[in-house]
Amino acid sequence: MMQAIKNIFQLGKKEILSLCRDGLLMALIVYSFSAALIVSYNASTDFADAAIAVVDEDQSQLTQRVTDAFLPPLFLPVDIIQRADIDRTMDEGRYTFVIVFPVDFEKDVMANMCPEVQVNVDATRMSQAFTGAGYIQQILTNAVSDFVRDSTGTSSPLPANMVIRNRYNPNLDSAWFMALMQLANNIAMLAIILTGSALLTEREKGTLEHLLVMPVTPFQIMVSKIWSMMLVVMVAALTGLFLVVRMYLQIPLAGSYVLFALGMAVYLFALTSLGIFLACMSQNMPQLGLLIILVLMPLEMLSGSATPQESMPVWVQRVMQFAPTTHFVNITQGILFRGAGLRAMWPTFLKLFLIGAGLFSLSLSRFRKSVA
Amino acid sequence: MSNSPSNEGVNIEPVVSFRNLALKYGKTLGLDHVTLDIPARKLIGMIGPDGVGKSTLLSLVTGAHAMQEGDLRVLGGDMRDRDHRNKVCPKIAYMPQGLGKNLYFTLTVEENLQFFARLFGHNAAERRRRIDRLTKSTGLYPFLDRPAGKLSGGMKQKLGLCCSLIHDPDLLVLDEPTTGVDPLARRQFWDLVDSIREAQENMSVIVATAYMDEAQRFDWLIAMNDGKILDTGAPAEILKKTGKDNLDDAFIELLPEEQRAGHKTLIVPPLKTTEADGYSIEAEGLTRRFGSFTAVDHVSFRIRKGEIFGFLGSNGCGKTTTMRMLTGLLPATEGVAKLFGKPIDGGSLETRKHLGYMTQLFSLYGDLTVRQNLVLYAHLYQIPEDEIPGRVDALLNRFQLKEIEEKLPNDLPLGLKQRLSLAAAVIHNPEIVILDEPTSGVDPVARDLFWELIIDLSRKDKVTIFITTHFMNEAARCDRISLMHSGRSLVCDTPANIVAQRNAATLEEAFIGCLEDADPESNKAATESCIQNEETPEEEPVQKGGFLGWLTSKFSFQRWYTCYWREQLELLRDPVRATLALFGALILMVVIGYGINMDVEDLSYAILDNDKTEKSTNYALNLSGSRYFVQHPDVKDHADLDRRMANGELSVVVEFPPKFGKDVDDGNSPEVAYWIDGANPSRASTINGYAGLVHSEWLKYLAQFSPDSNNAEQISVQTRYRYNPDVASLPAMVPATIPILLMMIPAILAALSVVREKEMGSITNLYVTPLTRTEFLLGKQFPYLIFSMLSAFLLIVMAVTIFDVPIKGSFLTLIVSLLVYCVVSTGFGLLASSVTRSQIAVIFLTMLATMLPSIQLCGLTNPVETQKGAALIIGKIYPTSHMLLISRGVFNKALGFADLHHEFMILVITVPIILGLGILFLKKQES
Repeated sequence: MMQAIKNIFQLGKKEILSLCRDGLLMALIVYSFSAALIVSYNASTDFADAAIAVVDEDQSQLTQRVTDAFLPPLFLPVDIIQRADIDRTMDEGRYTFVIVFPVDFEKDVMANMCPEVQVNVDATRMSQAFTGAGYIQQILTNAVSDFVRDSTGTSSPLPANMVIRNRYNPNLDSAWFMALMQLANNIAMLAIILTGSALLTEREKGTLEHLLVMPVTPFQIMVSKIWSMMLVVMVAALTGLFLVVRMYLQIPLAGSYVLFALGMAVYLFALTSLGIFLACMSQNMPQLGLLIILVLMPLEMLSGSATPQESMPVWVQRVMQFAPTTHFVNITQGILFRGAGLRAMWPTFLKLFLIGAGLFSLSLSRFRKSVA
Repeated sequence: MSNSPSNEGVNIEPVVSFRNLALKYGKTLGLDHVTLDIPARKLIGMIGPDGVGKSTLLSLVTGAHAMQEGDLRVLGGDMRDRDHRNKVCPKIAYMPQGLGKNLYFTLTVEENLQFFARLFGHNAAERRRRIDRLTKSTGLYPFLDRPAGKLSGGMKQKLGLCCSLIHDPDLLVLDEPTTGVDPLARRQFWDLVDSIREAQENMSVIVATAYMDEAQRFDWLIAMNDGKILDTGAPAEILKKTGKDNLDDAFIELLPEEQRAGHKTLIVPPLKTTEADGYSIEAEGLTRRFGSFTAVDHVSFRIRKGEIFGFLGSNGCGKTTTMRMLTGLLPATEGVAKLFGKPIDGGSLETRKHLGYMTQLFSLYGDLTVRQNLVLYAHLYQIPEDEIPGRVDALLNRFQLKEIEEKLPNDLPLGLKQRLSLAAAVIHNPEIVILDEPTSGVDPVARDLFWELIIDLSRKDKVTIFITTHFMNEAARCDRISLMHSGRSLVCDTPANIVAQRNAATLEEAFIGCLEDADPESNKAATESCIQNEETPEEEPVQKGGFLGWLTSKFSFQRWYTCYWREQLELLRDPVRATLALFGALILMVVIGYGINMDVEDLSYAILDNDKTEKSTNYALNLSGSRYFVQHPDVKDHADLDRRMANGELSVVVEFPPKFGKDVDDGNSPEVAYWIDGANPSRASTINGYAGLVHSEWLKYLAQFSPDSNNAEQISVQTRYRYNPDVASLPAMVPATIPILLMMIPAILAALSVVREKEMGSITNLYVTPLTRTEFLLGKQFPYLIFSMLSAFLLIVMAVTIFDVPIKGSFLTLIVSLLVYCVVSTGFGLLASSVTRSQIAVIFLTMLATMLPSIQLCGLTNPVETQKGAALIIGKIYPTSHMLLISRGVFNKALGFADLHHEFMILVITVPIILGLGILFLKKQES
């Protein structure tokens, strides 16, 4: 038993030593928890700077007033174009939105005839298009009703008002979210690549076979890879979290760092086991590289770090309950944004641990088979 | 060398001459200002201990390594001059050290030879003739269809030689070519070299070797030590100078005093064992089959405790397989093998503690220092902590590794690596030591040192030694030897008895006799081919002048095609990789297509009702009727809200204040509070929008009862979603997945191609053949390009059929843009491959450089223009952004080339930039 622990320690130490020799690799690790996070921070999905144009066939006070309601930072300055230009400019992708006020718009509004305003949306712009269409509708309705109220002087209070309180991120600054999710994604990428290729390199170079004639078991070899890579990624990710996310980007983080670190450890346990599994499934590095993409992309894209899981088909949501990334995204959001404690998070921790244990035993049996 | 062309007295220019040539590896001086003229048309031998600069000198002579200090002229020109290097490259053949370093292991023998023959521009008939001639005379002919990786060590060496000889070089440089080659094959090998030299009088051959008996046949010897040249001259002269009767001793005599110190002629004390000692290793009818091929065929032996048992045989006869069975790495098909009287159990850790093993190929960690390696092995072999430093130091001293203890084995010559492996195999004082060609490539002094240790272990500590070797003087030191051939054991006796039985003068003669008896075919074939070796006129490549000549020297279609052909073969040999790349892309298209969806539904909400009147219940009813929301049990109070929102259960909570109903009726405008989980801002803003809708629905509902209120609709907003009228996510996502997938997958496929050659060693072929960097890279790119286009085509078909997203615009524009785009993405992989050295780093680099930008920064869900800082710059210049616009333009917007030419031109401009950088970062010489 003592000897097993010593072996695991020595073999793991070796992994870390040889990792440190690869300067470029070290630089990439540092990059993925510093500059990469900052880039993601800047790639926010906030609705802003939307390109908008207006076709004003009414040329009235009302249309002027409504047009003026589209303001920065949500919108770029409004361009006035002709009806004939709509198709061309939208094909070119110059505008995401083109609003058309028909002739006699103001007259019809004042006559309570409910005139039609056409909003053309470039649906290929995805989230900007969908979110923006909602904003535009709201701005149009409010501007028109303000105008009517001002000009008729009638005003009665609404039966009830709505107040929205966005918790944890009052301004809904998506940059916070993007930076932290990138952290989670890079942890996954790094853990899988490092463990997977560390094992495969040993097999390609013949050192694995040499280990197997020594008093070392496959279990020890595997655990040594897991702990060493876990440690490397933990240190890098926590440093990145503290120095880049907290200090440099100044993203307010709630919750306990210790609890988050614990969650990360469980997460890494699952991912490094997955890395070993993938290495056992592939015969050479090129295969491993492809396999990693194949596994990593769905794990990241469907985890809820890109779009909310609620928007995915139910079967995807069910399957993704078995993905470690789903639970880690929950842990990250729960602890770092919502400030949740262990009492709230323990079911997620438990699920993540069970997935990890499952992956570990699967990899172990695969690994044993592959060396026998 | 009785038959070598004699040209003494003929005044010809030296083939190689250097003045003050020096080379440093970091701080270590590899070559210390040497000056020498090497005569042409001779067989030159280079001898010296391991790591004294022999390989360094050879790699400079062939142009594989960039020069640092001094002057070097090869074949009449300055090697600093790039034009001269390009000119003489085709005339120099170089076989690097190590087993099959310049070979491609997944390719067959035939394909390897074809590759080199094509590189040098021979036509099909000429290639056939040369390949047949070379393989027949080396005995490789029957194995033409076998992958090079499946050949035994010696056969790899032969194939390596054949590959270097395929183009009739003027200068043949062989770095330890016969290391690990059996005596019979070695004899054939040198016969082959002789016959080629006969046919080509102009050829000079420079060989570095550790076999002194080979050195005997050379015309001229260069003895090196410590980066300097000790002496030169014909073997006879050197013998005369040193006053010794064989080169082994003469060589030792040449060494400085301190290195010779302690060296003495080895005497093997007789083995004293009794029946009571029992047997350490027993094998009974041991058999191993791989499919229909029998590698080891009913081999039996019993080895006493303390015995030195030599295992000899031709290359590929099953020695290594037998050893692998003894170590438990490979289960036997039939028969039993016992260690210490117990059947071998692959899982027994106890047995392994008493076993030391050294593999044929270096299998320690190249990126740990010599010392770190030994310490690691000491730990793994469970040597007590406090004894480790002492033990390691003792071994470092014993194997003369002390000076290099802080160096990385990756930077060490073969001989020193072998010594390190040996040290690691005996670090735990094992009872049985199994050594697979431990002394191959090790210099004579170190070999004797090693044998001293072996004899010590055996006689003093009663350690059983099981050893394979190709050195006959080593075989003669064994207590007993077994001769193996084609999986069978031919004889098993003491060396003296074997010599006596065959009436042979030496053990080598006896050995070769045995082999020839067992397999008369092989030798006959060799002699035959030597006779057939008639001269054929060499087609002189037509020298083109002017611009065309310059162009063909920079880019040859033939060599490009050869590179492409080889890479393609390798890709096709690995169907798993091809399948993964093709079908992986399709699977990922489904994943992204369905996964990224802008409609958020089924959001969990709960009510915190402090009013509980008809009004609030009515409002709540409105919510539960919405398709966007799913109701969860009511929230009791704010603490409950905090908890359930923190653990992610609730996305939104609607709170009604006390007296809500009464205030509505009284016209007091009470406030309905929406508490929204803002952890995921994009989801939160969607909820914000939905909340507004729900609230205004409720207001409208109330307005029905008070017709005079001003809440009736004043305008009707008609939102027209262009290009995607159903506002479905799929039609917007599917065209976007094509550029993303065709960035990541081609890049990772191409990325490993160059680094793999760097790790495996076959990159030397780029250094020493006429291949230019452009031909090399573009040749490698082409198969991946074909593959990516195939993938692109499949993705388009899938988008149109399965996802039902029709192509509304110009298909031709799409496909041409994708072609240019795939050149960029594969080029991206090659660029990553050029700048990295390890496969891990390149996978990581490629993923970081493709996955993050293409998914996040290129306008997949949000236009690039809304990004800031570095994200904006990357998004603007990254090729995926432009391809995304083209793809969506053609699929969704019905656009053609005229509308998209701007994006297309940007892609076209990217091509030379990416490929140019890739070529720039790739080195044509090692440095």
